[in-house]
Amino acid sequence: MEIIIYGIINSIILSLMSLGFALVYSISRLPNFAHGALYITAGYIVWLLVNKAGLPYLPSILLGLGATGLIGALMYRFIIIRIRGMEISEIIGTYAIGLAIIEGLRWGGLRGMTYTLPVFVQGSMSIGGVTVDYHRLIIVGAGVLTFALLFLFTRYNRIGLALRGIAQDERAAMMLGIDSDMTAIISLAIGSGLAGLAAVLLLPLGNIVVEQGYNVLIFAVAVCIIGGLGSWTGTIVAAFIIGFAQILTETFISSHFVMVVALLAIIVTLLIKPSGIFGKQKELEERV
Amino acid sequence: MKRKERIDRGLKVRTEGHYAISSLEEIGYLVGPRLLLILGVLLLPIILELAPYWKRVVNIMCVYAVLALAFDFLANYVGLVCLGGALFIGVGGYLAAIFNVYLSMPFWLSIPLATISGAFLCTLLILPCLPLRGVYFAIVTLMYPILISRIIEAFNILGGTNGISGVDSLPGEYVEEYTIIIVMLVALFAMRRLVNQDMGLVLRAVKDNDQSVRASGINVTHMKSIAVFIASLMGCFGGAYLAHLYMWAGLSLFALDFSIIPIAAVVMGGGGTLVGAVIGCFILVPLSEFLRFFGTFRIVIYCALLTGFIVFKSEGIMVYATRKYHQFERWVKV
Repeated sequence: MEIIIYGIINSIILSLMSLGFALVYSISRLPNFAHGALYITAGYIVWLLVNKAGLPYLPSILLGLGATGLIGALMYRFIIIRIRGMEISEIIGTYAIGLAIIEGLRWGGLRGMTYTLPVFVQGSMSIGGVTVDYHRLIIVGAGVLTFALLFLFTRYNRIGLALRGIAQDERAAMMLGIDSDMTAIISLAIGSGLAGLAAVLLLPLGNIVVEQGYNVLIFAVAVCIIGGLGSWTGTIVAAFIIGFAQILTETFISSHFVMVVALLAIIVTLLIKPSGIFGKQKELEERV
Repeated sequence: MKRKERIDRGLKVRTEGHYAISSLEEIGYLVGPRLLLILGVLLLPIILELAPYWKRVVNIMCVYAVLALAFDFLANYVGLVCLGGALFIGVGGYLAAIFNVYLSMPFWLSIPLATISGAFLCTLLILPCLPLRGVYFAIVTLMYPILISRIIEAFNILGGTNGISGVDSLPGEYVEEYTIIIVMLVALFAMRRLVNQDMGLVLRAVKDNDQSVRASGINVTHMKSIAVFIASLMGCFGGAYLAHLYMWAGLSLFALDFSIIPIAAVVMGGGGTLVGAVIGCFILVPLSEFLRFFGTFRIVIYCALLTGFIVFKSEGIMVYATRKYHQFERWVKV
């Protein structure tokens, strides 16, 4: 029972972490390796707003999400737009930006002292004999709500439909008057905002530490690759697979191996089926 | 009104790559820069007698240069973007430490042995990913060093987080310096020859259009694995050398530095020129020494430089400099 409940929670956490990365890649084919950096930046901004600027919790969360989204949009508008389409430059470029942000934060003092965000609601309850604190339940709720909102947004909204159009066939979408760069900016803003949302939801569970940025990136890449880059269903399914696999290794083997599971899963998936569980579109191109 | 006129030098106009030399001046023009590099690097340890601290930096600089050569060769001549340079360094370093400490071999046996066996091991590890392309290959190779260091940490093998200490040092400073300098120069000029041989031609064809190579009856995976073997030979030598230089092999041999600095150097120096990779390292590594005071902030500076070059000047220093070297420039009236 404990395995099931914590497995579900862990899976939702993983899918929240990787949702932003998956969204950006599926819409604009841009591997955003600065994802982890944006995650940690969002947490830091919210911490600053609460502790230094003295704002109440909720407005500072909203401001933090907005700021992260803006950073993502600016990053695309001024840097990535110039290397769009050159795959390797995109990887190296975004990775360099991410590394710069993370190490800059580390240098700027995000170390040593403990930076924590408060949980939303204190206390815990028991479900079927397992104690779960309210915050984790809120995470599950918020995760499901985010998926639902994104689903509705991409199906019943003009901008959302434009995003899907670009994702499906860029040329055809451009012929219909959808601006490719504009949608990329929007997708990066939303993706960064989602990274920020994940940060705000997940960081109260622990401390804000810089290493978290790297871990989030690895988990996000793992989930997206296993599910198939660019496939949303795949992302969620893969999050559940890795989530349960991690909880199982944690209970039966040792918590040291949690990261090893994710890394091994990436390598094995890439070797057996590089397009992932649900990625079909590019199967021919990826292999010789 | 004036405009700038650029004219190629005579030698450049007649031929490119192969030169028909007709005067001593032209020989000097061609040999000059190459000789400058070779002699300059060979004289460095003697010049640096004045500043002994920087000798260490030269050693590390040359290790990075060898690694950057490997990256440049794989990325620009074979089309495999290997983001895991740390894999080569780590495997080479750990093997050298195992041979030297556990099997008590002398350094002149452990370094070559670690180089060759490490290259076999790395090739075996990368072999299954060779059919992958582009982003996918990059991601897998990025994950390998992280995975191996996590495994060493989790199983607590090979000294765990403390690493293997007590590796023999190399005898004498000059042996230490000239080993890596000579290996670096040999690697540089050997690679330059290699990429112009038949094999280099096939490898470039693999990069541009692997289907056509396959259609010519050449096994693509075989060619790629040979290329990876050559690159990992260079990387593993760097690792084995580093283990003996630090007298220690530990998890920091799998650190991100070994993956990111060679890439930055290649991007800065100019991809595909091979010399550019070396020059990039000669700029970046001393720079990082100057910036030691800033701690982790130097990674920020690297990344800013890297992003700047990749976005605004993607041809790199070497390509730019070569072009300028082959041209006259003058102002003419319009």
